[in-house]
Amino acid sequence: MIKELALIIVSVVFVNNFVLSKFLGLCPFLGVSQKTSSAMGMGVAVTFVMTLSSAITWIVYNFILLPGDANIVAKVFPSIRELGLIEVLKTISYILVIATLVQLVEMMLRKMVPTLYESLGIYLPLITTNCAVLGVALLNTTDSPSHLGFLHATVQGFGAGIGFTVAMLLMSGIRERLALVNIPQPLRGIPIAFICTGLMALAFFGFSGMVQ
Amino acid sequence: MAEQSNLKEFTKGIVQYNPLFVMVLGLCPSLAVTTSVKNGVAMGGAATFVLVCSNFIISSVRSFIPREIRIPCFIVIIAAFVTMVELLMKAYLPPELNASLGIFIPLIVVNCIIMYRAESFAYKNKPLASILDGAGLGLGWTLSLCLVSIIREALGAGTIFGLKVSESYQPASVMIMAPGAFIVLGLLLGFFNWWKLRKSETSMKAHMKHD
Repeated sequence: MIKELALIIVSVVFVNNFVLSKFLGLCPFLGVSQKTSSAMGMGVAVTFVMTLSSAITWIVYNFILLPGDANIVAKVFPSIRELGLIEVLKTISYILVIATLVQLVEMMLRKMVPTLYESLGIYLPLITTNCAVLGVALLNTTDSPSHLGFLHATVQGFGAGIGFTVAMLLMSGIRERLALVNIPQPLRGIPIAFICTGLMALAFFGFSGMVQ
Repeated sequence: MAEQSNLKEFTKGIVQYNPLFVMVLGLCPSLAVTTSVKNGVAMGGAATFVLVCSNFIISSVRSFIPREIRIPCFIVIIAAFVTMVELLMKAYLPPELNASLGIFIPLIVVNCIIMYRAESFAYKNKPLASILDGAGLGLGWTLSLCLVSIIREALGAGTIFGLKVSESYQPASVMIMAPGAFIVLGLLLGFFNWWKLRKSETSMKAHMKHD
């Protein structure tokens, strides 16, 4: 059991890193990675939202959207028992769960860590539109045969958040040094950041094959 | 006059406000689906449909949406159209194309281009102008996806639209994988920056000669 969970974490942090091999969450990755401190704050906030939203969307998927006896809505509207709501309501219900959670995190941070709240600025409400958060919720609940259990889904969400944080921290370290280097004018800013990300992704390729 | 300004709403999205190369928005799908030209076109078409429809609906009902809760309203409208696109694509497109686009179709909900146009254009303008604006930006994004995917498919698989480019070329499959995507987009952005810089320099020189 513990071995399985450890394997999931290693898999999403290194082998299938969300930013570097699945292209999820690039906007905050490039937007907030100029300073290590704000990169760390963003990473923690995203990890928190991802873990909670993985858990809640798993519950929503299994007890509200999937057809079958476990469906709560089917107790009121029996016609849903066979069909389920999975096709039509998946995207909308997930995005609403995530938007609510982000609002919660925003209120908590403003009360508890105001300095971090200030430094994250516009990117905090933008976690809602971070595709890594919605992406992990969707990947956890795909209709594939290997349907994840509750604990596995939550751990995968947590691991994906850690993987995002690791990529952000590495990138912010590189960008803090890039700021001091003489780079050709047209490549300054986003283009050179992309090329560095490409090289990092190439380095992370070394992990592929570690976990099947 | 009015016709002219409407036409401008359409054309500005293609070069002047190109979503990918000028505003650098919608990065995740731009990198993930551009492994082949076919995927790029399908993704661009789906996003354009959502952009046009959501722009139209948002600008039609903009007087009923209170300012404080406009973002949740936008998200629900956009998510409804994304669900429609998802179902339509499942019904009418080949399954392997759907499989290769994967979760990036539902992820159109969180595509920043659509949210950005809803917030900064559709919420302030008339329905017709919003439709044209959405169509123009959608077309601009689709064209830039085509450009990225042509480069990646030609270098990484040796084909364009499934047709072989050259017999002797050995494909470098790293261009299809993640590192190639980042490097191609980085270099393309750098190229467009260089082009913009050079244009502004030459126009400045012309100005000085004139004086």
